[in-house]
Amino acid sequence: MDSSDVLFRMEGISKRYGGVRALEKAELTIRAGRVHALLGENGAGKSTLIKIMSGVVAPDEGRMVLDGREVTFANPAAATDAGIVCIFQELSLIPDLSVADNIIVANPPTRFGMIDRKAQRRLAEEALARAGAEDIHPSALVKDLPLSRRQMVEIAKALARKPRLLILDEATSALTASDVEKVFRVLKRLREEGIALLYISHRMHEIAELADDCTVFRNGRNVASYEAGTKTDEQVVELMIGREYRNVFPPKPPLQPPTVQPVLEAHNLSWPPRLNGVSLTVRPGEIVGLGGLDGQGQRELLLALFGVLRGVGGEVLVDGKSTSINSPRAAKAEGIGMALIPEDRKTEGLMLPMPVRDNLSFAAMTRFARGGVIDGTAERRAIDEMVKLLAIKTDGIAVPVGSLSGGNQQKVVIAKWLMRKPRIILLNDPTRGIDVGTKQEIYALLRRLADEGAAILLYSTDYDELIGCCDRVLVMYDGAVRAELSGDGLNERALIANALNLGEGARLGASA
Amino acid sequence: MKEFRFWFSEQRGTLLALGIFLAMFAVYLTNHPAIVNNGYTVQGVGNVVQTAANKGVLLALVAMAQTFVVLTAGIDLSVGAIFILANCLASYIVVGSPLTVTAGVIGVLLTGALCGAVNAAIVIFGRLQPIVATIASGAVFFGIALWLRPFPGSSPEFASGLASALTGKLFGLIPTSLVFLAAVVLLVWIPFRRSVLGRAVYAAGSSEVAAYMSGMPVRRAKFAAYVLSGVFAATAGLFLTFFTYSGEASAANGNTYTLYSIAAVVLGGVSLFGGRGSAIGAIFGALAFRAIGDLLFVFEVDPLWQPLFQGIVLLIAVSIGSARLFRVRNRLELFG
Repeated sequence: MDSSDVLFRMEGISKRYGGVRALEKAELTIRAGRVHALLGENGAGKSTLIKIMSGVVAPDEGRMVLDGREVTFANPAAATDAGIVCIFQELSLIPDLSVADNIIVANPPTRFGMIDRKAQRRLAEEALARAGAEDIHPSALVKDLPLSRRQMVEIAKALARKPRLLILDEATSALTASDVEKVFRVLKRLREEGIALLYISHRMHEIAELADDCTVFRNGRNVASYEAGTKTDEQVVELMIGREYRNVFPPKPPLQPPTVQPVLEAHNLSWPPRLNGVSLTVRPGEIVGLGGLDGQGQRELLLALFGVLRGVGGEVLVDGKSTSINSPRAAKAEGIGMALIPEDRKTEGLMLPMPVRDNLSFAAMTRFARGGVIDGTAERRAIDEMVKLLAIKTDGIAVPVGSLSGGNQQKVVIAKWLMRKPRIILLNDPTRGIDVGTKQEIYALLRRLADEGAAILLYSTDYDELIGCCDRVLVMYDGAVRAELSGDGLNERALIANALNLGEGARLGASA
Repeated sequence: MKEFRFWFSEQRGTLLALGIFLAMFAVYLTNHPAIVNNGYTVQGVGNVVQTAANKGVLLALVAMAQTFVVLTAGIDLSVGAIFILANCLASYIVVGSPLTVTAGVIGVLLTGALCGAVNAAIVIFGRLQPIVATIASGAVFFGIALWLRPFPGSSPEFASGLASALTGKLFGLIPTSLVFLAAVVLLVWIPFRRSVLGRAVYAAGSSEVAAYMSGMPVRRAKFAAYVLSGVFAATAGLFLTFFTYSGEASAANGNTYTLYSIAAVVLGGVSLFGGRGSAIGAIFGALAFRAIGDLLFVFEVDPLWQPLFQGIVLLIAVSIGSARLFRVRNRLELFG
């Protein structure tokens, strides 16, 4: 516990992306021969922190000290050279190269200037064995491997680099249970060898098994550091949430009685491995939330309903009738009337260089067309109505949509779909990265649409939003609905506990 | 056995191109008038192969040039212009004594390298899309060629000795141009393929972000790819000069070679998405593409039909590559 085994320190680290503050004077101390767990909600700043440690982004201010000497990393290679190796959540493997090529990617053994493939093969086999992944053939191409095997290659690759500080960012999220066991054995051995490990996971039981020290992040700051086992799960969840509640939500109507015919029903939707049997109902006038940690199948669920995914199993019913929707075009057709407000407005929602007018009318074009010719007057009238309805702040409808602020761009995306007067509205994290004022307007709009009879399915990574805005929330975990929360049971504790799939989740929810 | 399967899956594109080429060339050879009339004499077969080889080697070299850039997930629309520029330059400076001829050859190759370096600088540091960068630079290179040779012409002291040696037959049997091509593969391509830089080229084309995150020399690799592309295009230009003994700034020729090089690369199993394929495949792709034209000739089809047939063969070959799209499960990936 004395300061002599401190391997790496970060002091006063801040980072901004545009106007968004990702880290604010964050501190972290990592000691050799210990597993340090990093906890926090989505967007608490964990990812930014490890990107800074591993040389992917540069901090705006603050300093990093390795072995008592101040260091800066210009790129990932520099961090690797210093012994800081990160296993990223988004895989850093090169799909068209073989497993061996990928493991020994940075500095392969050479003879006469050419890569010595025999020596490389041996090193790769060693690294795979160290990671407990002898079943993977070194000559296989990475892109032919399933996700869980790729993750093992990623771990072998990190080990081959002889790290002094190994960072694992959700490294186990794609692994099977037996792989997790193997990886844990490897990590424990590394700890005994004196390597420092920084472990980021949303799986609380993994942290309980592995961690020696824990640090909780919230809103870009480290709010608590403590020795593992000295706090209860409940206390940890409290630390992760903090308290900052804004009353920006419109009042909710009473719940729709179950006798009302649902507009949208899904039975046992599956699209392995991301969706494993999802069932849900959405009634007219209802806002149903999708909660859970990022990447538990929420996006795939929306895409599956909207007809983007191929080979989806299960059944979708609209107005109680079984339908098969196999393209966005079919989803928005007259009898179904579905709209999807996509996650990434810049690529999936808008044509940034084109004017506001054209962007607004793309999805609704057929409504103003007579015999294939667009009726300019009708189009103009509908557009003006939308701009007014959503209070889109723009210098006119002829300016490129890319010149608007993020919040107003998002309004354009929503308005574009509202022009079709959809009955079923799917939203994929619509308020991510926009300001509070615009968020408030969007919440009010969603409630008004629901009151007018629309059925709304809202995926959000913001817990406040799910609680304040939704009538019911389905919490997803590992491609299935883990819990349905409503009324008083819909609170932050229950959301987080179920999102983390904690055993006592129900108890936490009930006691709130 | 498993080892063999991995090797096979990696070489599938190359083997397919080899197969197409061998099939076409066999049909060509057995129906060639010189063979049909005189039977299979060493002399007769040798001559047919030599003519085909000399025509094929030009496109093969330009296709190799294209391969380097395509592997980085780029495209080089200036290879044809560099090819023509090298041809025009060679007709001036590859002249005189063995010493000056050597200096001339080196000068031509360095010019090619310089053209490639210009492309690389625009693409890597200017962050322009390769297609735009090389359309523009290609026009400039062609402009210089036109300035060098406003009219087709040659120099009286042109190195005709070297020219006839490189376009003739070795031991009266094997076309020298094929031997040269094989030497280039052995001495340049294979070492490159197995070097750290060569691997970085594949990695950058497969996933530039992952390559960067893995600490690979992405910029250096892309730079090397463009420079090698320039050198190979210039080598093809040298060969054109050895065949014709003159330089000509022919826009039609330049454009044809640029387009055909892309066709040859695709036919040879090099992925236009980058990161996959081999220059050896591109060579067979080029030879196969040439053989299509020759086939029409032996069957006495009107040359007017040639583009149509080449187009059809290319379409079929490309369709085989896009069969994977039927397996895409998330339709959004179709647009990625």
